[in-house]
Amino acid sequence: MDVTTLAEVTGNIGTVGYGLAAVGPGIGLGILIGKTIEGMARQPEVSSQLRTTMFIGVAFVEVLALLGLVAGFIVPA
Amino acid sequence: MTARSDGVPPLQWSASGPYDLRETPLSTPAIPLLLAAEGDGEFHAPTVADFFPPAIFFEGTPFEFNRIMLVRFIAAAVLLTVFVIAARRAKVVPGRFQNVIEMILDFVRNSIAVEVLGEKNGRKYFPLLATIFCTVLVMNLTGVTPFLNIAGTSVIGLPIVLALWTYVMYLGAGVKAHGVGGFLKNSLLPPGVPAPLYVLLVPIEFLQVFILRPATLAIRLMANMVAGHLMLAICFAATSFFLFDASGGMKLFGAGTFVAGSAFFFFEIFVAALQAYVFAILTAVYLNLSVEAEH
Repeated sequence: MDVTTLAEVTGNIGTVGYGLAAVGPGIGLGILIGKTIEGMARQPEVSSQLRTTMFIGVAFVEVLALLGLVAGFIVPA
Repeated sequence: MTARSDGVPPLQWSASGPYDLRETPLSTPAIPLLLAAEGDGEFHAPTVADFFPPAIFFEGTPFEFNRIMLVRFIAAAVLLTVFVIAARRAKVVPGRFQNVIEMILDFVRNSIAVEVLGEKNGRKYFPLLATIFCTVLVMNLTGVTPFLNIAGTSVIGLPIVLALWTYVMYLGAGVKAHGVGGFLKNSLLPPGVPAPLYVLLVPIEFLQVFILRPATLAIRLMANMVAGHLMLAICFAATSFFLFDASGGMKLFGAGTFVAGSAFFFFEIFVAALQAYVFAILTAVYLNLSVEAEH
């Protein structure tokens, strides 16, 4: 039986995987930074403390996306 | 890749180094398009091989010395020279040069050490945090320095050394403050949780404290620098390809990629400073979690 190819993907499917891996951290960073801005707008006097805490949180969330980037190189194709 | 049934020959190109461009996870559909569009000129897309340059000397030994090691040595020499000069010429009324150095150290002490650790512990651990901040900052900035062009931290070795230092310091600080048993109880048994849940929590906390913290410190720094280098390299490689090898209207794309590359250049300077800040502040946070009073 002939197989009809309707669509073909060239390149590496790992790029799609990385795209998926970036969705969660993207949402997380959005919520995290948005809430910090909200807090800063409500109480400008604690903004330096909020900013420090935000960067600590950002570091934890960001590493998820970066693990996605690294995984592509570690796991052989 | 096999030959396609419609008679189009498979794309042929060579990627230098042990990695084939088609197999790297960062190869996208755009790369074959760019490569197919090329005439005689080659489009040199950046690959992982960028981070494994050929050895300069001591090839094959554990002391293999390549371009990235050279960059690290240059960065370390610059860092040492700057601080030795600053320390030798330290005056009560600082000049412009001393002012900049003092601003950096002041930032580490006030915004990182004292803010997270408090006055007493902040001053105690300030030398550690300042060393980590300045080292990471300088090693990151080599990635955007013309002619060096690669960050000293973009290969895992240096981040691992720094992360291990942090690891030993925060374990040591915890043991010193609470004793081995007290430290383990502090970090593995979070208070205010019903006892049965500890079956779940203890392994998670163990993984977190003893493996994930140092591992993520190292990976975060390295992956940021790798991603930054690849973004910069692909923008400027595309600019060079569009301007010199592409024909006619395609040359216009070169302007776009050049603007994008320049924007990423400034973004990379920001990322270099941000990663130095994040590494130092996480070190401070981990130290604080270890030494802070029992709950």
